[in-house]
Amino acid sequence: MTRKRRRLWIVLACGLGVGSAAALVLSAFSSSLVFFLTPTDLAARPPAPNQIFRLGGLVQQGSLQKAVLDGSPDTRFRVTDGKASVEVTYVGILPDLFREGQGVVAIGRLAPGGTFHASEVLAKHDAAYMPKNVAEALERRGLWNPASGSPPPASTWNDLTRSTAAKTRQGS
Amino acid sequence: MVPELGNFALALACTIAFAQAALPLWGAHRRDARLMAAAPALAVGQLVALCVAAGALVWSAVVSDFTVLNVVQNSASDKPLLYKITGTWGDHEGSLLLWALILGLCGGAVAVFGRPLPSALRARVLGVLGAVSAGFLFFAVTASNPFLRIWPPPAQGLGMDPLLQDPGLAFHPPILYAGYVGFAVPFAFAVAALLEGRVDAAWARWVRPWALASWCFLTCGIALGSWWAYYELGWGGFWFWDPVENASLMPWLTGTALLHCALVVEKREALKVWTVLLAIATFSLSLAGTFLVRSGILNSVHAFATDPTRGVFILVLLGVTICGSLLLFAVRAPGLVCGGLFAPLSREGALVLNNVLLCSICAVVVTGTLYPLIVNLLFGVQLSVGAPFFDMTVIPLSIPLFAAMSVGPMLAWKRAELVPALLRLWWAALGAALVALVGALHWRALPAVAFAGSAWLILGAIANIAERIRLFRLPLSGCLARLGGVPRGAWGATVAHAGLGITIAGIAGMSFATYSIALLHPGKSVQEAGYTWTLLSLANLPGPDFNARQATLQISRNGNVIATLNPERRFFPIQDITTMDTAIHTDGLADLYAVLGDERDGGAVIRVHHNPLAPWIWLGALVMAIGGALSLSDRRLRIGAPARGKVPVPA
Repeated sequence: MTRKRRRLWIVLACGLGVGSAAALVLSAFSSSLVFFLTPTDLAARPPAPNQIFRLGGLVQQGSLQKAVLDGSPDTRFRVTDGKASVEVTYVGILPDLFREGQGVVAIGRLAPGGTFHASEVLAKHDAAYMPKNVAEALERRGLWNPASGSPPPASTWNDLTRSTAAKTRQGS
Repeated sequence: MVPELGNFALALACTIAFAQAALPLWGAHRRDARLMAAAPALAVGQLVALCVAAGALVWSAVVSDFTVLNVVQNSASDKPLLYKITGTWGDHEGSLLLWALILGLCGGAVAVFGRPLPSALRARVLGVLGAVSAGFLFFAVTASNPFLRIWPPPAQGLGMDPLLQDPGLAFHPPILYAGYVGFAVPFAFAVAALLEGRVDAAWARWVRPWALASWCFLTCGIALGSWWAYYELGWGGFWFWDPVENASLMPWLTGTALLHCALVVEKREALKVWTVLLAIATFSLSLAGTFLVRSGILNSVHAFATDPTRGVFILVLLGVTICGSLLLFAVRAPGLVCGGLFAPLSREGALVLNNVLLCSICAVVVTGTLYPLIVNLLFGVQLSVGAPFFDMTVIPLSIPLFAAMSVGPMLAWKRAELVPALLRLWWAALGAALVALVGALHWRALPAVAFAGSAWLILGAIANIAERIRLFRLPLSGCLARLGGVPRGAWGATVAHAGLGITIAGIAGMSFATYSIALLHPGKSVQEAGYTWTLLSLANLPGPDFNARQATLQISRNGNVIATLNPERRFFPIQDITTMDTAIHTDGLADLYAVLGDERDGGAVIRVHHNPLAPWIWLGALVMAIGGALSLSDRRLRIGAPARGKVPVPA
């Protein structure tokens, strides 16, 4: 076994490892990517039925309804990004930090009626969390400039205009 | 007064670190013995200063000094003492100080235990450690100072995130950090070797214990974090392929590769360049892992202590460390002399395969973790890469790794035959095949393969020891005599491989986990996994800094009461947060797991899980770490360094 032969073997082994890893990554990417959509995205480009995606936004103030259906707890709430909102249903225990007016990410699919059936609901551990795209949406609409301080209270999000946004900022 | 002392000590440590970076490296370059001799003293001095700083912060937290901003933000006077102490590393500033302290401990340990090292090598290693330390301490002093004052002091602190008020998480950061930071020592040795232009067996004998010790801590740290997520978050899962978790897995994978690779350098003086590169990669991934998540660049659902505003500094620091060391590698590595030759089919060849596969898995995990970030930057599309991606990529790459894991230790160094090695494993293969057959008849394909892999690893580990003592080929007394002669390093490898087998069995068992959610009124029950779960009562219970709502849940099977579980929901008034405290009953083979949700219509939402083999996941990780520790205690690791060299263990 010469040095050259050995090097050839090692290069072959590495090539095989890296090649199979790349092939696996590409095949997995084509089938298992999960897109992150906001209610506005959803209204503009509704995804294919049964496609699993992540819905991100804030839990709309006053929209949380808890009920019992056939002995199992059924929760309904609306997720908003300030422009559009989507109704979400979820069966299960909500995470610790779930509450109205806070950031939430729901994983699931859209039912034919336009309701989002969540299989999993995540709330950010950090209480001051705002989903990145919600922050971007607010900035785009000129309602909040991160440089000028904390965001306006989430309860005002759905009917926020530039003037009220400026007022809440001055008030806080 | 005490916070000022701490602040001063921190600034002092920073200055010493700069001196520790500059003087010994310059001295080693100029062959100036006096400058080189300054290195150990500076390292110890830095450690003392850092201990004073950390002590001052802990003291401020213990006496609830609310003039210190860090204490106000993370503590409250009615918090239990343990969490006052552990809370000091619960936030960004404090965790950075802990990071620096552990790095200081590593430097101190190299200074104290490294006396047998050639003085130039020791000076260079300490110099590199000092440089890394200087960067982070400078950051701590200028941008992330834990001793900032606030005036006027508030009457009460804001308290700590209740999710962090848990013994599992209290010790998770120090152990995980010991793992991350410990890899700084192999990194420093690698850079020092590049500066010297020499890598030999003695070098590998120094690197391996450090890599091994860091690996043990990292294994424990990851397991502790996963266990915490399992019982505290109440989702019933143990691994979510979240960026934070992936960040700890990446250095673990390359660190595992490094351990095995250093073995080849030590035994055969081959693969030197690759080992140096792995040491650099492992520490770079540790750094990237800690700070990509901390800087808020990667979005995670359960990252704590993030602060995006200071991310840029950290990124620059990261860039300098990683690019600088890789540049040095590119310039100096071709000069390293190549070592011994080996056939593709040999112990070395098997270890190369191990490295290729581990690094491929690591590359896949890196890709999956960074892909959302890259796509967002390039195309503005937000997407996430979740468990399905990692399952589809990591599992196929792991299967050949597990298959080779039992065969590798059976192969001889330099040149080996595959058939005799496989013949010695025939009964392990038979056992795995039987498990696979039974699994294929009763279960889905994937758990069957996983259980077979687990059996293969555990039986293969036993076969390895049986082979070493010539079991059934010598009389029993001869076997027992040989048993005492098996080196601890071999025991360590065997135990660690078997530990991975246990973990895989646990993960495979968890794929049979079932759960159900029900709204229960007191006295009513729900059936799950053959057990009857009856809600007996709901009660209020006061705690030290929270109010709890506790459910009493009785579990019975065929009329026999098996356990009583008390899941709680705790309300923390200071933070205005409710947390769920799960209750778990385990018999070692399965966990019965209950979570109390919100209450409506006079009943409570209860989620009950039956998690088969769940405890094995963490038991296996513990066994792996014990294997690492056994290997660490091997006498052979200390040979080569004269008598005084004790095995350095980072604190």
